[in-house]
Amino acid sequence: MNEAAVIPQTTPWVLPSRGVVGMACLIIAESAIFTIFVVAYLYYLGKDITGPTPRQVLDLPIFTSICLLSSSLSVHLAVSALHNAKRGLCSLWLAVTVLLGSIFLGGTAHEWYKLIVHDGLTLQTNLFGTTFYSLVGLHATHVLVGLIMLSLALIFSLNGSMTSKHTGRLEVLSLYWHFVDAVWVVVFTVVYVLGR
Amino acid sequence: MSRNIWALLSSDFSHGSTSIFAPAGTPAHSIFSLSLLVLGITTAIFLIVAGLLLFAVIRYRHRASDANASQEPPQIYGSTQIELSWTVIPVLIVVLLFLATTRIILSTQNAPKPAAALDVTIVGHQYWWEFSYPKLGIVTANELHIPVSDPKHPTPTYLTMTSADTDHSFWVPRLAGKMDLIPNQINTMWLDPQTPGLYLGQCAQYCGIQHAKMLLRVYADSPADFAAWVARQQKPANNDATLDQQAVAGRAVFQHSVCISCHTVAGTVATGRFGPDLTHLASRDTIASGSLPNTPANLRAFIDNPAAFKPGALMPAMHLNQHDLDAVTAYLSTLK
Amino acid sequence: MATHTSAPAPSTTYTPPRRLVLDVLHDWVTTVDHKKLGLMYIGYALIFLVIAGFQALLMRVQLSIPNNTFVSPQTFNSLFTMHGTTMVFFVGMPILFGFGNYLVPLMIGARDMAFPRLNAFSFWISAFGGFLLYFSYFGASGLYGAGNAPDVGWFAYAPLTARVFSPGHSTDYWTLAILLSGIGSIGTALNIVATTLCMRCPGMKLSRMPLLVWLYLVTSSLVFVTISPLTAAQIMLMLDRYAGSHFFDTQAGGSAVLWMHFFWIFGHPEVYILVLPAFAFANEIIPVFSRKAIFGYPAMVAASVGIGFISLSVWAHHMFTVGLGPGANTFFVLATMVISVPTGIKLFNWLATLWGGKIHFTASMMFAIGFLFQFLIAGLTGIMLSVAPFDWQLGSSYFVVAHFHYVLVGAILFMIFSAFYYWYPKMSGRMLSERLGKWHFWIFLIGFHLTFDFMHVPGLLGMPRRIYTYEADRGWMIWNMIVSSGAVFQAAGTLLFVYNMVWSYFKGPIAGPDPWDAWTLEWSTPSPPPEYNFAVIPTVDSRRPLWDIKHPDDPDSRYE
Repeated sequence: MNEAAVIPQTTPWVLPSRGVVGMACLIIAESAIFTIFVVAYLYYLGKDITGPTPRQVLDLPIFTSICLLSSSLSVHLAVSALHNAKRGLCSLWLAVTVLLGSIFLGGTAHEWYKLIVHDGLTLQTNLFGTTFYSLVGLHATHVLVGLIMLSLALIFSLNGSMTSKHTGRLEVLSLYWHFVDAVWVVVFTVVYVLGR
Repeated sequence: MSRNIWALLSSDFSHGSTSIFAPAGTPAHSIFSLSLLVLGITTAIFLIVAGLLLFAVIRYRHRASDANASQEPPQIYGSTQIELSWTVIPVLIVVLLFLATTRIILSTQNAPKPAAALDVTIVGHQYWWEFSYPKLGIVTANELHIPVSDPKHPTPTYLTMTSADTDHSFWVPRLAGKMDLIPNQINTMWLDPQTPGLYLGQCAQYCGIQHAKMLLRVYADSPADFAAWVARQQKPANNDATLDQQAVAGRAVFQHSVCISCHTVAGTVATGRFGPDLTHLASRDTIASGSLPNTPANLRAFIDNPAAFKPGALMPAMHLNQHDLDAVTAYLSTLK
Repeated sequence: MATHTSAPAPSTTYTPPRRLVLDVLHDWVTTVDHKKLGLMYIGYALIFLVIAGFQALLMRVQLSIPNNTFVSPQTFNSLFTMHGTTMVFFVGMPILFGFGNYLVPLMIGARDMAFPRLNAFSFWISAFGGFLLYFSYFGASGLYGAGNAPDVGWFAYAPLTARVFSPGHSTDYWTLAILLSGIGSIGTALNIVATTLCMRCPGMKLSRMPLLVWLYLVTSSLVFVTISPLTAAQIMLMLDRYAGSHFFDTQAGGSAVLWMHFFWIFGHPEVYILVLPAFAFANEIIPVFSRKAIFGYPAMVAASVGIGFISLSVWAHHMFTVGLGPGANTFFVLATMVISVPTGIKLFNWLATLWGGKIHFTASMMFAIGFLFQFLIAGLTGIMLSVAPFDWQLGSSYFVVAHFHYVLVGAILFMIFSAFYYWYPKMSGRMLSERLGKWHFWIFLIGFHLTFDFMHVPGLLGMPRRIYTYEADRGWMIWNMIVSSGAVFQAAGTLLFVYNMVWSYFKGPIAGPDPWDAWTLEWSTPSPPPEYNFAVIPTVDSRRPLWDIKHPDDPDSRYE
């Protein structure tokens, strides 16, 4: 029934990993969503009728940004450690990643508290409020989802369920985390550098 | 559906033409000429390609009676020369069309404005048109009067347009292409009808429930007619003390009810801006944005219950008693 | 040419006992098999095709004569909104993803999609979206009380969608239903890309994939950058409506045009997402019934990829009348005209495939030939509309409605019918009735041309779209009557088609694995294929592995 000609293969038939391709597709789709929010932010820059402007109320979030961007390094080290079957080291680096990510989120929460309570800037205040909270909030939501996934990975690493044969999956998760950090670079540049 | 269908069919090709192939102004004329070029090119392409398809489908059909019917035909995988030619030729056609199109875009959108041009501001509302002539001090609604433009001494009308609520679009096909009215944005276009007459159109961007009945009537007047129209519109509202009793009573009812919070009658307490200006209501041919002839009977019925003609129109039923309704109608009929 | 076997003699093999109905249902509801999911997508889409078709019939009755009172203005406005939204998101997308789901793994020699559970999730979330949209008939409230389906048009321009102009929840049903369907679409697209790149059988280099698989790869890649802008815009719309934000709030300095940009950055590539699978079917069906390989495979791949890329740059040809200025208008004119070049190349390649062939006029091929003529015309009216000044007259008129229905019905739906006649034997094990198929073709063809050829005329005579009625003195009545008459034929043709599918499932001749003497891998499996698809994963050596087997003296591998 199935007599396709069998040619002896001289080179091995190697195809990309499904997980990596799938995550790449997800990253492309998410990038498109973020792009639209960034476009809205840029489009409305300077068009506010009322209310506080970026320059008046935004401070450069240097410390939290360094934390978040370093967490890319720490998650990469976690993947390396797992690949080399060093479970304990992997757990350590995963914990560091979760910690750094949480500091970032905490910093964002702190910033928002100041903006809402002291500066009177909310989503409803003006165009800057609308586009700022939605863009930074969308990013923060992605950070939160990433932290949940990383915490799960940490738990699996600690209780022994995650071993070196799962390196591919942890690598796919780390790709997502790198994406989240890359988006922050863009958001930081657009909101805190260009926009002010 | 109780109308005489045959009577309707026969009126189809008579008056009321909104055909884009009957241009009466420069923008519509340039689009018409460009469209002939485009139609010519696309028709030629169609005849050639469809002709080849038809030929292939007939000539190369499988016939069981053929000598080699059971054999597969020669397998041709491609031909670089043929494929190149049918890439290059379309590219050339695209270049030609693109240049022709750009020329018309620039000539229409970048046309210099002559000093003798008339300025009209249009504000789109759900579901009526507000027209004002800033330099002439005129505000009116739904029926736009503009001067005919002589090509040798052009007197075009420049329209500055925006919307007070949702998106609308101004489309009078015999005079020009359409331009949208967008809230918080100013768009411009110009008209220069070259023959006097009435040009019909309607809103062309879905704006809500009564989008279908936001009709347009553009009256291209000869210079004398236009001057006369302007003079009449510039006069204040007919507030004559010699109006007949019923009209006087109607004026009192009008000025003491909520009508004045939506409508303006210049020179009186009615200064509302939400609905059309009624100062010279009786000078118009139609009411309800062109969808009803302006007769006392129609006016009375509309005031009584706008939703009966235009469900969803934002004017509420006024719930006046019969006596007041007759009086108000009589008053409004004096606002020439 | 056809090689269907006659009904097998009574066998001595084991016949399993009849399964309980509940077990069968459970199997289908919990399945992760790409074939079953594909069939569910297709069945779901056919139900909505009938519903949305009925909505169209109601609209055509209302528009047959001027000042008609068959339906109220509110009802009419909901009808065109629901008709458009349903046809794009709950007919077009599911049916095309359904075929893709079914065929792609089979054509590349794989056993299933890359992520079977994601596949199931994507189907169910899309299905829920459709259910949610139609629940609005019962649950939503609008300007006029309860039971209001959305009435803002399928492109839902701002600020008509703001709370102040669209109170109640009907608009929210629109937004949420499409949001969910979009998540499902992204999931399926992700699956198709991962499957295509990571699960091809040995020997199937990208340059040996069937063109259908290439086109689904391009389509799915487009989905990622197309659906996401709509998702983003809908999130913004919901924030505007419920959180008091000002994205499209013109009273606070927001821009109505920004919604248009975001919507059409989705909306234009979306129509390419709908048409590329139709091209995919044509690329498989036309060669088989011409008995020739597709002409110019590399050019077809390049043209498809090119169309995908260029389609991302043409969106504002839907906004020529919005006041973008001559610079922007000119750019979008050029981009739109440029896309006609690769599209034309595809059409010419199909013509060259027919040329010198031996054409068999099966029902499937007749629909494919209809597609070729009709797509040519649709493309040409598209070129007319790309000329911006011409669009200043014809945009938002019935000329545009005629153009896009020419593509959606005349090209895409015709090719979908063709695909049904071609692959139904593989999916069900039975042949569809060719006799009924030909009746279906001719009746539907007459109805299609009555409706959509004549629909161009009211546009040229100044009739805008989305109006529930029109004045008697415009001269539009006779054309509207002719247009409406065609709808009856199309309905009849469609019902005949549904009957054919049901009858043939029980009474059609047994198909066998390869009834059309075709050349791609799906025809090497039984009809219908077993759950595992291939007992042994095949190894291929050319673009037409079955041709190589059938013609060992003259295999394709010699020429590639």
